Amino acid sequence: MASRVEILNDGGFRSDGRKQYELRDIIIDLSQQGSADGSVVLSHGLTQVSASVFGPREAKMRSQTLHDRANINVEVTIAPFSMGERRKRSRNDKRVLDFASTIKATFEPAIQTSLYPRSQVDIYINVLQQDGGVLQACINATTLALAAAGIPLLDFVCAVTGGVQSASPLLDLTTLEENDIPHLTVAMMPRTGNITLLTMETRLHVDRFEEIFQLATSAGHVLHREMKAAIKDRTRTLVAAMSVAPKAVGEKDPVYSERMDDS
Amino acid sequence: MVTFTSFPNPKDSFSYAPPKFSTEDKNDMDIDVYEDDDDGEDFDSGTKLTCPGEPITSSHAYMRGHGTFIDQETVISSVAGTIERVNKLVSVRAIRTRYNAEVGDLIVGRITEVQPRRWKVDANSRQDAVLMLSSINLPGGVQRRKLESDELQIRQFFEEGDLLVAEVQSFFADGTMSLHTRSLTYGKLRNGQLVCVPPILIRRLKSHFVSLPCNVDLILGLNGYIWVSKHINQNRRPGEEGLDAESVYSNQNEAIDAPTRMAISRVTNLIKVLASHFVPLSDVILLEAYEWAIENDVEVKDLTQTDVCEALILTVGTKG
Repeated sequence: MASRVEILNDGGFRSDGRKQYELRDIIIDLSQQGSADGSVVLSHGLTQVSASVFGPREAKMRSQTLHDRANINVEVTIAPFSMGERRKRSRNDKRVLDFASTIKATFEPAIQTSLYPRSQVDIYINVLQQDGGVLQACINATTLALAAAGIPLLDFVCAVTGGVQSASPLLDLTTLEENDIPHLTVAMMPRTGNITLLTMETRLHVDRFEEIFQLATSAGHVLHREMKAAIKDRTRTLVAAMSVAPKAVGEKDPVYSERMDDS
Repeated sequence: MVTFTSFPNPKDSFSYAPPKFSTEDKNDMDIDVYEDDDDGEDFDSGTKLTCPGEPITSSHAYMRGHGTFIDQETVISSVAGTIERVNKLVSVRAIRTRYNAEVGDLIVGRITEVQPRRWKVDANSRQDAVLMLSSINLPGGVQRRKLESDELQIRQFFEEGDLLVAEVQSFFADGTMSLHTRSLTYGKLRNGQLVCVPPILIRRLKSHFVSLPCNVDLILGLNGYIWVSKHINQNRRPGEEGLDAESVYSNQNEAIDAPTRMAISRVTNLIKVLASHFVPLSDVILLEAYEWAIENDVEVKDLTQTDVCEALILTVGTKG
Protein backbone atom coordinates (compact mmCIF):
# COMPACT_ATOMS: atom_id res chain seq x y z
CA MET A 1 0.00 0.00 0.00
CA ALA A 2 1.47 3.29 -1.04
CA SER A 3 0.99 6.17 1.35
CA ARG A 4 0.75 9.81 0.48
CA VAL A 5 3.54 10.67 2.84
CA GLU A 6 6.91 9.32 1.86
CA ILE A 7 8.41 7.16 4.61
CA LEU A 8 11.92 7.80 3.38
CA ASN A 9 12.46 10.46 0.75
CA ASP A 10 15.19 10.63 -1.88
CA GLY A 11 17.34 12.78 0.33
CA GLY A 12 17.37 10.04 2.96
CA PHE A 13 15.09 11.87 5.39
CA ARG A 14 12.05 10.50 7.14
CA SER A 15 8.68 12.17 7.50
CA ASP A 16 9.69 13.89 10.74
CA GLY A 17 13.05 15.03 9.39
CA ARG A 18 15.16 12.32 10.95
CA LYS A 19 17.79 10.23 9.22
CA GLN A 20 17.41 6.47 8.93
CA TYR A 21 19.22 5.54 12.12
CA GLU A 22 18.44 8.60 14.15
CA LEU A 23 16.58 8.10 17.41
CA ARG A 24 14.06 10.59 18.71
CA ASP A 25 14.83 12.89 21.63
CA ILE A 26 14.38 11.21 24.96
CA ILE A 27 13.37 13.14 28.04
CA ILE A 28 13.70 11.44 31.40
CA ASP A 29 12.03 12.95 34.44
CA LEU A 30 12.77 10.98 37.60
CA SER A 31 11.01 13.25 40.08
CA GLN A 32 8.95 11.78 42.90
CA GLN A 33 5.28 11.06 42.14
CA GLY A 34 3.02 10.54 45.10
CA SER A 35 4.00 7.72 47.39
CA ALA A 36 5.62 5.55 44.71
CA ASP A 37 8.99 4.02 45.55
CA GLY A 38 10.23 4.83 42.08
CA SER A 39 8.62 6.82 39.33
CA VAL A 40 9.51 8.26 35.97
CA VAL A 41 7.97 10.14 33.08
CA LEU A 42 9.72 9.19 29.86
CA SER A 43 9.26 10.67 26.41
CA HIS A 44 10.53 9.28 23.14
CA GLY A 45 9.71 12.16 20.85
CA LEU A 46 5.93 12.53 21.08
CA THR A 47 5.37 9.21 22.84
CA GLN A 48 5.05 9.79 26.54
CA VAL A 49 4.73 7.21 29.27
CA SER A 50 4.72 7.45 33.05
CA ALA A 51 5.67 4.49 35.22
CA SER A 52 5.43 4.05 38.99
CA VAL A 53 6.92 1.19 40.94
CA PHE A 54 5.76 0.14 44.40
CA GLY A 55 7.51 -2.47 46.42
CA PRO A 56 8.75 -4.98 47.11
CA ARG A 57 5.78 -5.07 49.46
CA GLU A 58 3.26 -7.48 50.92
CA ALA A 59 1.05 -8.91 48.19
CA LYS A 60 -2.50 -7.62 48.24
CA MET A 61 -3.86 -11.05 47.38
CA ARG A 62 -2.40 -13.94 49.30
CA SER A 63 -2.97 -16.27 46.35
CA GLN A 64 -0.45 -14.25 44.36
CA THR A 65 2.48 -14.84 46.70
CA LEU A 66 5.24 -17.15 45.56
CA HIS A 67 7.18 -18.86 48.30
CA ASP A 68 10.60 -18.59 46.67
CA ARG A 69 10.56 -15.27 44.86
CA ALA A 70 8.73 -11.98 44.45
CA ASN A 71 5.71 -11.74 42.21
CA ILE A 72 5.78 -9.04 39.56
CA ASN A 73 2.47 -7.34 38.88
CA VAL A 74 2.21 -5.09 35.84
CA GLU A 75 -0.81 -2.92 35.16
CA VAL A 76 -1.05 -0.79 32.05
CA THR A 77 -3.57 1.93 31.38
CA ILE A 78 -3.79 3.75 28.10
CA ALA A 79 -5.20 7.22 28.48
CA PRO A 80 -8.20 7.81 26.20
CA PHE A 81 -6.66 11.08 25.01
CA SER A 82 -3.33 9.50 24.14
CA MET A 83 -3.97 9.13 20.42
CA GLY A 84 -5.57 11.02 17.58
CA GLU A 85 -8.89 9.26 17.83
CA ARG A 86 -10.32 9.34 21.33
CA ARG A 87 -10.94 5.80 22.50
CA LYS A 88 -11.57 4.41 25.92
CA ARG A 89 -10.21 0.97 26.66
CA SER A 90 -11.69 -1.06 29.45
CA ARG A 91 -9.56 -2.46 32.23
CA ASN A 92 -9.91 -5.97 30.81
CA ASP A 93 -9.13 -5.09 27.22
CA LYS A 94 -7.38 -8.11 25.69
CA ARG A 95 -4.73 -6.04 23.99
CA VAL A 96 -3.84 -4.10 27.10
CA LEU A 97 -3.63 -7.27 29.20
CA ASP A 98 -1.43 -8.86 26.57
CA PHE A 99 0.74 -5.76 26.58
CA ALA A 100 1.11 -5.96 30.36
CA SER A 101 2.05 -9.62 30.29
CA THR A 102 4.66 -8.89 27.60
CA ILE A 103 6.24 -6.31 29.89
CA LYS A 104 6.11 -8.70 32.82
CA ALA A 105 7.85 -11.40 30.78
CA THR A 106 10.49 -8.88 29.72
CA PHE A 107 11.40 -8.01 33.28
CA GLU A 108 11.21 -11.42 34.86
CA PRO A 109 14.78 -12.29 33.82
CA ALA A 110 16.08 -8.84 34.77
CA ILE A 111 14.76 -8.40 38.32
CA GLN A 112 16.40 -10.39 41.11
CA THR A 113 13.07 -11.64 42.41
CA SER A 114 14.57 -14.47 44.45
CA LEU A 115 15.83 -11.92 46.99
CA TYR A 116 12.28 -11.09 48.05
CA PRO A 117 10.27 -14.26 48.64
CA ARG A 118 6.56 -13.81 49.32
CA SER A 119 6.64 -10.16 48.28
CA GLN A 120 5.21 -8.35 45.32
CA VAL A 121 6.55 -5.67 43.01
CA ASP A 122 3.82 -3.53 41.50
CA ILE A 123 4.51 -1.72 38.25
CA TYR A 124 1.86 0.76 37.11
CA ILE A 125 2.27 2.18 33.63
CA ASN A 126 0.29 5.04 32.16
CA VAL A 127 0.51 5.72 28.46
CA LEU A 128 -0.03 9.46 28.13
CA GLN A 129 0.77 10.09 24.49
CA GLN A 130 1.16 7.64 21.64
CA ASP A 131 3.29 8.26 18.61
CA GLY A 132 4.79 4.89 17.83
CA GLY A 133 7.09 2.76 19.94
CA VAL A 134 4.72 2.54 22.91
CA LEU A 135 6.07 -0.83 24.00
CA GLN A 136 9.60 0.46 23.76
CA ALA A 137 8.74 3.50 25.86
CA CYS A 138 6.93 1.35 28.45
CA ILE A 139 9.90 -0.98 28.84
CA ASN A 140 12.43 1.82 29.11
CA ALA A 141 10.24 3.68 31.62
CA THR A 142 9.82 0.54 33.72
CA THR A 143 13.58 -0.02 33.82
CA LEU A 144 14.15 3.51 35.02
CA ALA A 145 11.38 3.33 37.61
CA LEU A 146 12.70 0.02 38.96
CA ALA A 147 16.21 1.43 39.21
CA ALA A 148 14.85 4.52 40.95
CA ALA A 149 12.94 2.33 43.43
CA GLY A 150 16.14 0.52 44.38
CA ILE A 151 14.90 -2.86 43.20
CA PRO A 152 17.89 -5.10 42.38
CA LEU A 153 18.27 -5.53 38.64
CA LEU A 154 20.76 -7.69 36.77
CA ASP A 155 21.00 -4.94 34.21
CA PHE A 156 19.07 -2.17 32.52
CA VAL A 157 16.60 -3.34 29.91
CA CYS A 158 16.70 -1.11 26.85
CA ALA A 159 14.11 -1.43 24.11
CA VAL A 160 14.07 -0.04 20.58
CA THR A 161 11.78 -0.52 17.60
CA GLY A 162 13.19 -1.11 14.15
CA GLY A 163 11.52 -1.40 10.78
CA VAL A 164 12.39 -1.73 7.15
CA GLN A 165 11.20 0.43 4.26
CA SER A 166 11.85 -1.54 1.03
CA ALA A 167 15.53 -2.29 1.64
CA SER A 168 16.48 0.46 4.06
CA PRO A 169 16.19 -0.17 7.81
CA LEU A 170 14.79 2.52 10.12
CA LEU A 171 15.00 2.91 13.89
CA ASP A 172 12.58 4.27 16.51
CA LEU A 173 9.43 4.43 14.39
CA THR A 174 6.58 6.90 14.69
CA THR A 175 2.92 5.88 14.36
CA LEU A 176 2.97 6.86 10.70
CA GLU A 177 5.88 4.57 10.00
CA GLU A 178 4.57 1.77 12.21
CA ASN A 179 1.32 1.70 10.26
CA ASP A 180 3.10 1.41 6.96
CA ILE A 181 6.15 -0.77 7.27
CA PRO A 182 7.05 -4.08 8.92
CA HIS A 183 8.64 -3.57 12.31
CA LEU A 184 9.86 -5.34 15.44
CA THR A 185 10.66 -4.37 19.04
CA VAL A 186 13.83 -5.58 20.69
CA ALA A 187 14.54 -5.34 24.42
CA MET A 188 18.11 -6.11 25.41
CA MET A 189 20.37 -6.07 28.45
CA PRO A 190 23.43 -4.07 27.41
CA ARG A 191 26.06 -5.63 29.68
CA THR A 192 25.64 -9.18 28.46
CA GLY A 193 23.84 -8.43 25.20
CA ASN A 194 21.05 -10.81 26.22
CA ILE A 195 17.71 -10.29 24.53
CA THR A 196 14.75 -10.38 26.92
CA LEU A 197 12.09 -9.55 24.37
CA LEU A 198 11.69 -9.70 20.63
CA THR A 199 8.25 -9.11 19.28
CA MET A 200 6.80 -8.63 15.85
CA GLU A 201 3.21 -7.94 14.88
CA THR A 202 3.80 -7.62 11.16
CA ARG A 203 5.38 -9.88 8.59
CA LEU A 204 9.03 -9.18 7.99
CA HIS A 205 11.20 -10.78 5.34
CA VAL A 206 13.65 -13.19 6.92
CA ASP A 207 16.59 -11.74 4.96
CA ARG A 208 15.94 -8.31 6.44
CA PHE A 209 15.57 -9.59 9.97
CA GLU A 210 19.21 -9.89 10.96
CA GLU A 211 20.14 -6.42 9.81
CA ILE A 212 17.32 -4.73 11.73
CA PHE A 213 17.91 -6.91 14.74
CA GLN A 214 21.60 -5.99 14.90
CA LEU A 215 20.81 -2.33 14.41
CA ALA A 216 18.20 -2.30 17.15
CA THR A 217 20.63 -4.02 19.49
CA SER A 218 23.30 -1.43 18.96
CA ALA A 219 20.72 1.34 19.34
CA GLY A 220 19.95 -0.24 22.71
CA HIS A 221 23.48 0.56 23.81
CA VAL A 222 22.94 4.21 22.91
CA LEU A 223 19.73 4.33 24.94
CA HIS A 224 21.49 2.57 27.80
CA ARG A 225 24.05 5.35 28.00
CA GLU A 226 21.34 7.99 28.30
CA MET A 227 19.32 6.04 30.85
CA LYS A 228 22.39 5.33 32.93
CA ALA A 229 23.36 8.99 32.86
CA ALA A 230 19.89 9.96 34.09
CA ILE A 231 19.95 7.46 36.97
CA LYS A 232 23.48 8.45 37.96
CA ASP A 233 22.53 12.08 37.87
CA ARG A 234 19.63 11.48 40.22
CA THR A 235 21.74 9.39 42.57
CA ARG A 236 24.38 12.11 42.64
CA THR A 237 21.80 14.79 43.43
CA LEU A 238 20.26 12.78 46.25
CA VAL A 239 23.61 11.83 47.77
CA ALA A 240 24.72 15.45 47.60
CA ALA A 241 21.48 16.61 49.26
CA MET A 242 21.98 14.15 52.07
CA SER A 243 25.50 15.31 52.82
CA VAL A 244 24.71 19.02 52.96
CA ALA A 245 22.66 18.99 56.12
CA PRO A 246 24.31 19.09 59.53
CA LYS A 247 24.28 15.86 61.44
CA ALA A 248 23.05 15.00 64.88
CA VAL A 249 25.45 15.64 67.73
CA GLY A 250 28.19 13.08 67.85
CA GLU A 251 27.68 11.85 64.33
CA LYS A 252 30.66 12.57 62.14
CA ASP A 253 30.47 12.85 58.42
CA PRO A 254 33.83 13.19 56.67
CA VAL A 255 32.42 14.97 53.65
CA TYR A 256 30.59 17.54 55.68
CA SER A 257 33.48 18.38 57.95
CA GLU A 258 35.75 18.58 54.94
CA ARG A 259 33.47 21.10 53.32
CA MET A 260 33.32 23.13 56.47
CA ASP A 261 37.12 23.30 56.56
CA ASP A 262 37.21 24.68 53.05
CA SER A 263 34.85 27.54 53.70
CA MET B 1 17.26 15.48 31.62
CA VAL B 2 18.50 14.13 28.33
CA THR B 3 17.57 15.83 25.16
CA PHE B 4 19.40 14.73 22.06
CA THR B 5 20.27 11.25 20.97
CA SER B 6 21.64 10.55 17.57
CA PHE B 7 22.83 7.31 16.21
CA PRO B 8 25.85 7.02 13.94
CA ASN B 9 25.27 5.76 10.45
CA PRO B 10 26.47 2.18 10.40
CA LYS B 11 26.98 2.31 6.66
CA ASP B 12 30.28 4.02 7.29
CA SER B 13 31.60 1.28 9.48
CA PHE B 14 30.41 -1.69 7.40
CA SER B 15 29.68 -3.72 10.48
CA TYR B 16 26.79 -3.79 12.89
CA ALA B 17 28.83 -4.96 15.82
CA PRO B 18 27.47 -3.32 18.95
CA PRO B 19 29.89 -0.98 20.65
CA LYS B 20 31.79 -2.83 23.31
CA PHE B 21 30.52 -1.71 26.68
CA SER B 22 33.87 -2.22 28.33
CA THR B 23 35.65 0.37 26.25
CA GLU B 24 32.70 2.71 26.28
CA ASP B 25 32.48 2.70 30.01
CA LYS B 26 36.11 3.61 30.51
CA ASN B 27 35.30 7.01 31.91
CA ASP B 28 33.07 5.47 34.55
CA MET B 29 35.51 2.76 35.35
CA ASP B 30 38.39 5.02 36.17
CA ILE B 31 37.00 5.17 39.66
CA ASP B 32 39.08 2.68 41.40
CA VAL B 33 37.23 2.54 44.63
CA TYR B 34 39.89 0.67 46.39
CA GLU B 35 42.77 3.04 45.86
CA ASP B 36 41.38 6.26 47.28
CA ASP B 37 39.83 5.00 50.49
CA ASP B 38 39.92 8.04 52.69
CA ASP B 39 39.40 10.72 50.14
CA GLY B 40 35.70 10.78 50.88
CA GLU B 41 33.13 11.09 48.14
CA ASP B 42 33.57 13.46 45.31
CA PHE B 43 30.12 14.07 43.95
CA ASP B 44 31.11 15.99 40.90
CA SER B 45 33.12 13.23 39.30
CA GLY B 46 30.61 10.56 40.33
CA THR B 47 33.08 8.69 42.48
CA LYS B 48 31.68 5.76 44.43
CA LEU B 49 28.30 6.02 42.76
CA THR B 50 27.05 3.15 40.70
CA CYS B 51 23.94 1.88 38.96
CA PRO B 52 22.48 -1.51 38.01
CA GLY B 53 24.61 -3.68 35.76
CA GLU B 54 27.80 -1.75 36.32
CA PRO B 55 30.93 -3.85 37.02
CA ILE B 56 32.64 -2.91 40.29
CA THR B 57 35.58 -5.22 40.79
CA SER B 58 36.92 -8.74 40.39
CA SER B 59 35.27 -11.42 42.49
CA HIS B 60 38.64 -13.04 43.17
CA ALA B 61 39.91 -10.21 45.31
CA TYR B 62 36.64 -9.14 46.94
CA MET B 63 33.51 -10.65 48.45
CA ARG B 64 30.13 -9.49 47.28
CA GLY B 65 27.73 -7.87 49.73
CA HIS B 66 24.20 -6.50 49.47
CA GLY B 67 23.24 -4.81 46.24
CA THR B 68 25.69 -6.79 44.14
CA PHE B 69 25.90 -10.07 42.26
CA ILE B 70 28.62 -12.06 40.57
CA ASP B 71 28.71 -12.79 36.87
CA GLN B 72 31.76 -14.15 35.10
CA GLU B 73 34.07 -13.53 38.03
CA THR B 74 33.10 -9.88 38.29
CA VAL B 75 31.22 -8.23 41.13
CA ILE B 76 28.42 -6.24 39.54
CA SER B 77 26.13 -3.70 41.13
CA SER B 78 22.40 -4.42 41.05
CA VAL B 79 21.08 -1.15 42.50
CA ALA B 80 21.75 2.56 42.05
CA GLY B 81 23.57 3.98 45.03
CA THR B 82 26.88 4.37 46.78
CA ILE B 83 29.59 1.72 46.89
CA GLU B 84 30.65 0.79 50.39
CA ARG B 85 33.56 -1.39 51.34
CA VAL B 86 34.45 -3.06 54.62
CA ASN B 87 37.78 -4.84 54.25
CA LYS B 88 37.13 -7.41 51.51
CA LEU B 89 33.36 -7.00 51.46
CA VAL B 90 31.95 -4.80 48.74
CA SER B 91 28.33 -3.74 48.91
CA VAL B 92 26.15 -1.12 47.28
CA ARG B 93 23.76 0.90 49.39
CA ALA B 94 20.71 1.89 47.39
CA ILE B 95 19.80 5.54 47.63
CA ARG B 96 16.06 4.85 47.68
CA THR B 97 14.75 1.54 48.79
CA ARG B 98 12.36 -0.11 51.18
CA TYR B 99 13.29 -0.43 54.83
CA ASN B 100 15.73 -3.21 55.64
CA ALA B 101 15.13 -4.22 59.22
CA GLU B 102 17.74 -5.10 61.80
CA VAL B 103 17.14 -6.60 65.22
CA GLY B 104 16.69 -3.88 67.84
CA ASP B 105 15.43 -1.22 65.41
CA LEU B 106 12.64 1.02 66.59
CA ILE B 107 9.81 1.20 64.11
CA VAL B 108 6.40 2.79 63.77
CA GLY B 109 3.83 0.64 62.01
CA ARG B 110 0.18 0.18 61.24
CA ILE B 111 -1.87 -2.95 61.85
CA THR B 112 -3.13 -4.31 58.54
CA GLU B 113 -4.61 -7.62 59.58
CA VAL B 114 -5.66 -9.53 62.67
CA GLN B 115 -4.90 -13.24 62.60
CA PRO B 116 -5.15 -15.94 65.27
CA ARG B 117 -2.75 -14.99 68.08
CA ARG B 118 -0.93 -12.44 65.95
CA TRP B 119 -1.20 -9.16 64.06
CA LYS B 120 0.24 -8.22 60.70
CA VAL B 121 1.92 -4.81 60.74
CA ASP B 122 2.74 -2.64 57.75
CA ALA B 123 6.24 -1.33 58.43
CA ASN B 124 7.27 0.03 55.00
CA SER B 125 9.29 -3.13 54.57
CA ARG B 126 9.25 -5.76 51.85
CA GLN B 127 6.76 -7.84 53.80
CA ASP B 128 4.35 -7.09 56.58
CA ALA B 129 5.86 -7.61 60.02
CA VAL B 130 4.35 -9.95 62.57
CA LEU B 131 3.42 -8.96 66.11
CA MET B 132 2.61 -11.98 68.26
CA LEU B 133 0.08 -11.79 71.05
CA SER B 134 2.79 -13.20 73.30
CA SER B 135 5.14 -10.30 72.54
CA ILE B 136 2.93 -7.47 73.77
CA ASN B 137 2.44 -6.23 77.28
CA LEU B 138 -0.80 -7.73 78.48
CA PRO B 139 -2.83 -5.60 80.83
CA GLY B 140 -2.64 -6.49 84.48
CA GLY B 141 1.04 -7.07 85.01
CA VAL B 142 4.14 -7.42 82.89
CA GLN B 143 4.79 -11.02 83.71
CA ARG B 144 1.29 -12.35 83.20
CA ARG B 145 0.87 -15.43 80.99
CA LYS B 146 -1.42 -15.09 78.02
CA LEU B 147 -4.76 -16.69 78.46
CA GLU B 148 -7.33 -18.06 76.09
CA SER B 149 -9.52 -15.08 76.87
CA ASP B 150 -6.79 -12.79 75.57
CA GLU B 151 -6.81 -14.65 72.28
CA LEU B 152 -10.55 -14.24 71.98
CA GLN B 153 -10.48 -10.51 72.64
CA ILE B 154 -7.39 -9.81 70.56
CA ARG B 155 -9.07 -6.80 68.95
CA GLN B 156 -9.25 -5.08 72.32
CA PHE B 157 -5.50 -4.60 72.17
CA PHE B 158 -4.91 -3.74 68.52
CA GLU B 159 -7.35 -3.43 65.65
CA GLU B 160 -6.88 -2.99 61.91
CA GLY B 161 -5.60 0.52 61.25
CA ASP B 162 -4.12 1.10 64.69
CA LEU B 163 -0.69 2.69 64.81
CA LEU B 164 1.96 1.39 67.15
CA VAL B 165 5.59 1.81 68.02
CA ALA B 166 7.56 -1.39 68.44
CA GLU B 167 11.01 -2.91 68.33
CA VAL B 168 12.25 -5.53 65.88
CA GLN B 169 12.66 -8.68 67.93
CA SER B 170 13.83 -11.33 65.47
CA PHE B 171 13.42 -12.67 61.98
CA PHE B 172 11.62 -15.75 60.72
CA ALA B 173 13.26 -18.14 58.29
CA ASP B 174 11.76 -16.38 55.25
CA GLY B 175 12.96 -12.95 56.34
CA THR B 176 9.71 -11.68 57.86
CA MET B 177 10.37 -9.62 60.94
CA SER B 178 8.83 -10.23 64.30
CA LEU B 179 8.09 -7.24 66.54
CA HIS B 180 7.60 -6.80 70.25
CA THR B 181 6.13 -4.05 72.41
CA ARG B 182 7.29 -5.45 75.74
CA SER B 183 8.33 -2.13 77.16
CA LEU B 184 6.42 0.76 78.64
CA THR B 185 7.78 3.06 75.97
CA TYR B 186 6.25 0.97 73.16
CA GLY B 187 2.62 0.41 72.33
CA LYS B 188 -0.35 2.06 70.72
CA LEU B 189 0.02 5.60 69.38
CA ARG B 190 -2.46 8.36 70.07
CA ASN B 191 -2.70 12.17 70.11
CA GLY B 192 -0.82 12.88 66.93
CA GLN B 193 -0.12 12.55 63.27
CA LEU B 194 1.92 10.20 61.04
CA VAL B 195 4.45 11.36 58.44
CA CYS B 196 6.14 9.03 55.97
CA VAL B 197 9.63 9.75 54.65
CA PRO B 198 12.22 7.65 52.79
CA PRO B 199 13.81 5.31 55.40
CA ILE B 200 17.36 6.27 54.41
CA LEU B 201 16.74 9.76 55.83
CA ILE B 202 16.40 8.42 59.36
CA ARG B 203 19.76 7.68 60.87
CA ARG B 204 20.33 5.56 63.95
CA LEU B 205 20.25 7.96 66.87
CA LYS B 206 20.91 7.51 70.56
CA SER B 207 17.23 7.90 71.19
CA HIS B 208 14.44 7.83 68.65
CA PHE B 209 12.04 9.41 71.12
CA VAL B 210 12.56 13.13 70.68
CA SER B 211 10.89 15.87 72.68
CA LEU B 212 10.85 19.25 71.04
CA PRO B 213 10.48 22.25 73.37
CA CYS B 214 7.33 23.29 71.51
CA ASN B 215 5.26 20.77 73.43
CA VAL B 216 5.64 18.16 70.68
CA ASP B 217 6.94 14.60 70.94
CA LEU B 218 8.46 12.80 67.99
CA ILE B 219 9.03 9.13 67.41
CA LEU B 220 11.46 8.66 64.54
CA GLY B 221 10.82 5.11 63.32
CA LEU B 222 13.79 3.69 61.45
CA ASN B 223 11.40 2.46 58.78
CA GLY B 224 10.69 6.02 57.70
CA TYR B 225 7.43 6.45 59.59
CA ILE B 226 7.46 9.34 62.02
CA TRP B 227 4.90 9.91 64.73
CA VAL B 228 4.37 13.53 65.73
CA SER B 229 2.27 13.92 68.84
CA LYS B 230 1.35 16.03 71.82
CA HIS B 231 3.96 16.03 74.57
CA ILE B 232 3.18 13.66 77.38
CA ASN B 233 4.81 14.28 80.67
CA GLN B 234 7.32 11.55 81.36
CA ASN B 235 6.17 10.86 84.89
CA ARG B 236 2.53 10.97 83.87
CA ARG B 237 2.92 8.29 81.18
CA PRO B 238 0.12 5.80 81.41
CA GLY B 239 0.97 2.47 82.85
CA GLU B 240 3.83 3.62 85.00
CA GLU B 241 2.39 1.82 87.96
CA GLY B 242 0.28 -1.16 87.00
CA LEU B 243 -0.88 -1.48 83.42
CA ASP B 244 -4.54 -1.13 82.86
CA ALA B 245 -6.07 -1.93 79.51
CA GLU B 246 -8.05 1.28 79.37
CA SER B 247 -5.08 3.63 79.25
CA VAL B 248 -2.52 1.60 77.25
CA TYR B 249 -4.81 0.24 74.56
CA SER B 250 -7.29 3.10 74.56
CA ASN B 251 -8.46 4.46 71.22
CA GLN B 252 -9.51 7.81 72.66
CA ASN B 253 -7.36 10.85 71.98
CA GLU B 254 -6.82 13.26 74.80
CA ALA B 255 -7.93 16.85 74.47
CA ILE B 256 -5.33 18.77 72.46
CA ASP B 257 -5.41 22.55 72.63
CA ALA B 258 -5.11 24.79 69.58
CA PRO B 259 -1.44 25.90 70.02
CA THR B 260 -0.35 22.27 70.35
CA ARG B 261 -2.29 21.34 67.25
CA MET B 262 -0.53 24.17 65.41
CA ALA B 263 2.83 22.99 66.67
CA ILE B 264 2.13 19.43 65.58
CA SER B 265 1.11 20.53 62.08
CA ARG B 266 4.10 22.83 61.84
CA VAL B 267 6.52 20.05 62.74
CA THR B 268 4.73 17.72 60.31
CA ASN B 269 5.05 20.19 57.47
CA LEU B 270 8.69 20.84 58.29
CA ILE B 271 9.41 17.11 58.13
CA LYS B 272 7.65 16.88 54.78
CA VAL B 273 9.64 19.81 53.39
CA LEU B 274 12.96 18.47 54.64
CA ALA B 275 12.17 14.98 53.32
CA SER B 276 11.17 16.29 49.91
CA HIS B 277 14.62 17.89 49.66
CA PHE B 278 16.21 14.66 50.87
CA VAL B 279 17.68 16.14 54.04
CA PRO B 280 18.45 13.51 56.70
CA LEU B 281 16.33 14.09 59.78
CA SER B 282 17.64 14.44 63.30
CA ASP B 283 16.50 16.18 66.45
CA VAL B 284 19.02 18.97 65.87
CA ILE B 285 17.91 19.78 62.35
CA LEU B 286 14.21 19.66 63.22
CA LEU B 287 14.70 22.01 66.11
CA GLU B 288 16.68 24.37 63.91
CA ALA B 289 13.98 24.28 61.26
CA TYR B 290 11.28 24.89 63.85
CA GLU B 291 13.12 27.88 65.25
CA TRP B 292 13.56 29.24 61.75
CA ALA B 293 9.83 28.91 61.10
CA ILE B 294 9.01 30.74 64.33
CA GLU B 295 11.62 33.46 63.79
CA ASN B 296 10.42 34.19 60.27
CA ASP B 297 6.82 34.04 61.38
CA VAL B 298 5.85 31.54 58.68
CA GLU B 299 2.30 30.33 58.84
CA VAL B 300 1.84 26.57 59.03
CA LYS B 301 0.00 26.42 55.73
CA ASP B 302 2.66 28.50 53.96
CA LEU B 303 5.45 26.13 54.89
CA THR B 304 4.94 23.90 51.90
CA GLN B 305 5.18 26.72 49.37
CA THR B 306 8.16 26.43 47.07
CA ASP B 307 9.92 29.69 47.95
CA VAL B 308 9.52 29.11 51.68
CA CYS B 309 10.84 25.56 51.28
CA GLU B 310 13.93 26.75 49.48
CA ALA B 311 14.64 29.45 52.04
CA LEU B 312 14.31 26.87 54.78
CA ILE B 313 16.62 24.37 53.10
CA LEU B 314 19.21 27.12 52.56
CA THR B 315 19.23 28.16 56.22
CA VAL B 316 19.31 24.61 57.49
CA GLY B 317 22.10 23.71 55.09
CA THR B 318 24.37 26.61 55.98
CA LYS B 319 23.97 26.56 59.74
CA GLY B 320 25.51 24.07 62.10
